[in-house]
Amino acid sequence: MINYIWLFFIVASVVVAFFTGRLKEVGDAAISYAGVAVQISIALMGVMALWLGIMRIAQKSGMVKLIAKAISPVIKRIFPDIPPDGEAATDITMNVSANALGLNNAATPFGLKAMQSLQKLNPNKDKSVASDSMCTFLAINTAGIQFIPASVMAVLAAAGSDNPAEIIAPCIVTTSIVLVLAIIIVKILERLFPEPAKLEKRKAGKNA
Amino acid sequence: MLKDIILALSYAAIPLLIAIIVLHASAKKVPVYEVFTQGAKQGFVVGVKIIPYLVAMLVAVGMFRASGAIELMAEWFAPVLAAIGMPADLIPLAVVRSLSGSGSLGILGEIATANGGNAYVTKLAAVMTGSSETTFYVLALYFGSVGVTKFRHALAAGIIADIIGIFVALFIGNLVFG
Repeated sequence: MINYIWLFFIVASVVVAFFTGRLKEVGDAAISYAGVAVQISIALMGVMALWLGIMRIAQKSGMVKLIAKAISPVIKRIFPDIPPDGEAATDITMNVSANALGLNNAATPFGLKAMQSLQKLNPNKDKSVASDSMCTFLAINTAGIQFIPASVMAVLAAAGSDNPAEIIAPCIVTTSIVLVLAIIIVKILERLFPEPAKLEKRKAGKNA
Repeated sequence: MLKDIILALSYAAIPLLIAIIVLHASAKKVPVYEVFTQGAKQGFVVGVKIIPYLVAMLVAVGMFRASGAIELMAEWFAPVLAAIGMPADLIPLAVVRSLSGSGSLGILGEIATANGGNAYVTKLAAVMTGSSETTFYVLALYFGSVGVTKFRHALAAGIIADIIGIFVALFIGNLVFG
């Protein structure tokens, strides 16, 4: 799937650029974004190290368990396949909270850590196949929950808006609605396209 | 009032979180410095691991934006989106918001400059941008970091949620500012 999307982006860019006469710009973009990607990764290494260090402390002290216990009722509903008081549950909570507060520098490291924890719990034999929990986690992430869209407010202020903060409430309402819908959608889709591990279980159940 | 509370909370969040975790751990006799460095080591592994996926996705999206394909897509979608009452100015934004965060902010900037910071279109665009997330980037990065190549329904869920998000943003924006 991702192969086709990637192919589409590349081929479409070159074909369109051929007609719009922007082949040079497309070539320049390819080279410069390759560099940008490495810059982002290097910048991420620092914050990643910071948060993984802090989280390791929280784990050793038992705070991770405390947080996980507190949110386990919610996690149980949305992520029925993972231990509600485990590491993955905490990582997911930390990622969602950081996202909501607009702390992108913390949200991505927590998100990547959550993916690692979820990969450890991946029930599929082939670990290159996404688990249901991973898909649900990413659906929540792509819904874009954010309480303060700071960069958007900055753009509005720069354009002479009288009250840039007036978009906060509509943004919170919008992302909350989308979040709920995203969870519903991902749950419907996981029934329609079951996880390989669950299909095998069902088969084994029928044969027994 | 609510805004001030939320803003204060987001400024204080990182320093407080770090302080509370470290203090709580030292009360529990955890050797905080040593444990921190053990955990921090992992950061570099993850940072290196995601480089190929970031390069692949950012290059592809960067090429796509530079080619002018987004304007073309916006033109194709225009009749459909106009039918549901979306101002034409917002169409490129609807396409870009799932692809690139800096791209959507750039378009928002253009709309705001052209129409003024207090215009209805600008406010709609702001809600659309403020409620968006770069789905393709998130999927490529998060799945790439753990070696998952078969995304299953995550992609469809993300795209459907993005499309619904456009409508919800328009609806709420219209309700509040219209």
